Amino acid sequence: MEHIVIIGNGISGVTAARHIRKQSDKDITIISAETDHFFSRTALMYIYMGHMKYEHTKPYEDGFWKKNRIELKNGYVSKVDHHNKSLVFADGETMRYDKLILAVGSKPNNFGWPGQDLKGVQGLYSKQDLDDLEQNAPNKDVCKRTVIVGGGLIGIELAEMLSTRKIPVTFLVREESFWNGVLPKGESEMLNRHIKNHHIDLRLGENLKEIISDENGHVKAVIIEETGEEIACDLVGLTAGVSPNISFLKDSGIELGRGIKVNRLLETNIKGVYAIGDCAEQHKAIGQRRPIEAVWYTGRLMGETLAQTICGKPTEYKPGHWFNSAKFFDIEYQTYGWVFSESIKKDEEQHFHWKHVDDTKCITIAYNKETRIFLGINTFGIRMRHEVFDAWLTQQKDVDFVIDHLIEANFDPEFYKSFESQISNAFFNQPVNS
Amino acid sequence: MSTVQKNMSLSGQPPASLSLAQKGATVLGVFGLFVLALAGFNVNLPNQGVWLTIALLSIGSGIIWFGYDQYKNTLPGIKNDGVWFKSIANRGFWAWIVGLALTGFYIVLYFYEGLLGQGTDGTANTGLIALFDPLSHFLKGSPASQWFVYGVLYTIAIVAFGIKFIWKYRHNNYEKIRTASVMFFQTIFAFLIPELMARLNGDLPFYDLKSVWPLNYYLFDQWNVDGLLVNGSLGLTMLIWGIVSILVVTPILTYKYGKRWYCSWVCGCGGLAETAGDSFRHLSDKSQSAWKIERWVVHSVLVFAVVTTTGVIHSYLGDGTKYWFSKDVFLICVGVLLTLIFGLIWKYKKQELKKDARYGAIGYLVIILALIGLHFATESGNLLIFETGGVRAAYGFLIGSIFSGVIGTGFYPIFGNRVWCRMGCPMAAILGLQQRLFSKFRITTNGGQCISCGNCSTYCEMGIDVRAYAQKGENIVRASCVGCGICSAVCPRGVLKLENGETNGRINPTEVLLGNDLDLMDLVNQK
Repeated sequence: MEHIVIIGNGISGVTAARHIRKQSDKDITIISAETDHFFSRTALMYIYMGHMKYEHTKPYEDGFWKKNRIELKNGYVSKVDHHNKSLVFADGETMRYDKLILAVGSKPNNFGWPGQDLKGVQGLYSKQDLDDLEQNAPNKDVCKRTVIVGGGLIGIELAEMLSTRKIPVTFLVREESFWNGVLPKGESEMLNRHIKNHHIDLRLGENLKEIISDENGHVKAVIIEETGEEIACDLVGLTAGVSPNISFLKDSGIELGRGIKVNRLLETNIKGVYAIGDCAEQHKAIGQRRPIEAVWYTGRLMGETLAQTICGKPTEYKPGHWFNSAKFFDIEYQTYGWVFSESIKKDEEQHFHWKHVDDTKCITIAYNKETRIFLGINTFGIRMRHEVFDAWLTQQKDVDFVIDHLIEANFDPEFYKSFESQISNAFFNQPVNS
Repeated sequence: MSTVQKNMSLSGQPPASLSLAQKGATVLGVFGLFVLALAGFNVNLPNQGVWLTIALLSIGSGIIWFGYDQYKNTLPGIKNDGVWFKSIANRGFWAWIVGLALTGFYIVLYFYEGLLGQGTDGTANTGLIALFDPLSHFLKGSPASQWFVYGVLYTIAIVAFGIKFIWKYRHNNYEKIRTASVMFFQTIFAFLIPELMARLNGDLPFYDLKSVWPLNYYLFDQWNVDGLLVNGSLGLTMLIWGIVSILVVTPILTYKYGKRWYCSWVCGCGGLAETAGDSFRHLSDKSQSAWKIERWVVHSVLVFAVVTTTGVIHSYLGDGTKYWFSKDVFLICVGVLLTLIFGLIWKYKKQELKKDARYGAIGYLVIILALIGLHFATESGNLLIFETGGVRAAYGFLIGSIFSGVIGTGFYPIFGNRVWCRMGCPMAAILGLQQRLFSKFRITTNGGQCISCGNCSTYCEMGIDVRAYAQKGENIVRASCVGCGICSAVCPRGVLKLENGETNGRINPTEVLLGNDLDLMDLVNQK
């Protein structure tokens, strides 16, 4: 029986395994050095916050794997020998494979900051990072202040986590406004205010210069590049994005860029070796997507797609319309289609922005200035229906149609106040030359 | 990634200890309980009316003050920080203390009311129950009973914890309105109206109009029916309402809105679970084995309730010489009704049944056998091989007292707040069958947005693994769902929405979610 080996037990690898099992009797092994069982990485924050325990983050009961004949192996692969179709583990053990799926995920970025290897300096990606955080910042007495470096999704999650234990947080954001490389101005500025309302010391336009050690090799303070200010702290969170976790493949003969290079069938340059999820890099970006997509659902889609190919139905990875979601403290964010920030949007992309007076809800609709075709929507504090926007994007509806029918896309719970008529009034009463 | 696991344990700690105000609120509430305890130990309190007022106000305002202080300095949003770190909410020491205290209270309440000071055969009340006499005289013009005491405390719990719950979910209109509804129905329908009706109409049995058979399992007991009928048209109207509510009102409302209209908007058991029990909702068992046990137990209780009630009614009907509605006519009616229900389900919902059909068939068979047994046992008054009165008593003891009270509420801090509703309530079982098979209600999943975080499953009080559906893009259509709406509230990505909609496409098993191109979806969904 063909032996399919999957390195990585995250959403991509596990989805691939499940779908291969649905369609075949192949032997399947999933290898991970992180945890024995699949858990939801996106839920790590809730463990620290006390909303859930580790066991709740596991989407399948522990008996699921045996029942579905998916072998789980706890081990760290240090080398891939594709000539012999064999893996070498850190402890010297080897394993044969017939087909290999690399679903090895990411690791936190660091940019060579002085002091980045000190004790009390960490990222937030893996289960081990969470365990470290529990050691480094169990409460506000052990950790009197944390400095977070990097204003993205993980940075704000870490800020929220620490604030639930009343640990003061200084949040260094390189940009002039939070996440404004991705979000349009109105949204980004609303989030600045929301972050401050949660008592986070938000520092916009400030960079880390260096991390200073105490006599025990533990972080003592950081110094700000722009002002030279020294901020005393017991923990530094490095959350300046992630990049593919591929250093163990350096001399394997598998073609690497920033990630593992794959074609649309998710094949690498080596026959029988595939890459999916955060670590895969498309030779050519698909639509307006990035060549590397470190997003939960794209990992899942790649897993589903590759399972087809492995089971004899070669299938290209064709993600549909872009969508995503996140939560910034109390404000939920959803996006469908493309809304680009002012810094990167093209000239023909026109934005309509509406914000509620309570400063926790807003939307931005992007459309083509010339054709008025709807390009995408960002919503904050209002839930929208994926299915509806997916259909409107496919049908290339114009912006006027979308505004008129916005209520049909509303996904807020029952009895919520709806703002669609306000939004529509604001849109149709815009000054003509805006 | 590091190969070294430095630390396997995850021992968090509470984000903060109690604030000064929370300590004050705790002292106030405990003081109120202490006054009740003093009365319970027969300490002679002068001015019972005054002390009762002080005690009840202390308890109520202690709870409300605690809740207010807990949420006053927070922004609107989900308030589950540190839930699993708290002893009371994570089956720690305080959970056991509270659980044991509640369990003890229920045992005394149901079986040793004398300890609470219930007077017997006309003697005056003493102790705790006597303390409630002034309020009882004021409302219904007669002395208190242990059930009056229980009713007062129950109502205070729902109202005070309800206010706390509304603060906690002040950003969520569904939760606010729903909670106001259970507070209203408890205060007015379960408490005030029955007591006032007793005042106006002295010998009318206590009747909570919203408590539907089979939850109200003694509705058709002879003493209750007689009690209603001797009160003429008012009593008869109430008896007819009792029959209409289970046969007509319930199916219609459940068809339109799902069982939530009852379980988390009206019902008193649900009301207590959603308010006082809210802090324990995450303790429900989500395993597949728990689900299996649930299905067997709750439906067995339903069969037990139907058989018992049939037997009880049968036992006091005549042989047809006085009224046309004789024992045999009644048995035939029940048999026809059940055959009709089972036949309709079989005709229209066969493809959805699979396993469930087995349970249905077994239950049906048991009831029909019992009916035949009853017919032949007309002389002896037996139900199958047991004496009807004994079966009825066993039901009252096992289901009515032990399951719903002692285990159902006493064990909130151990098994979660909906153990009774999930495992034991025959009413929930009927509504669940209707909801699963004939209803517009479902929880819709929002395309491909689910990130499998597990908040929904963790906070489902009914132990439904909501995530298992959401991550597949499948709507949640489950018999046990009471529609509390918390899964939707705690979802960080806006994935879940409680909806009443078209019955077509309500159940939508898919293997691939939105986000992929259509070819792949077709490919994977091919069976």
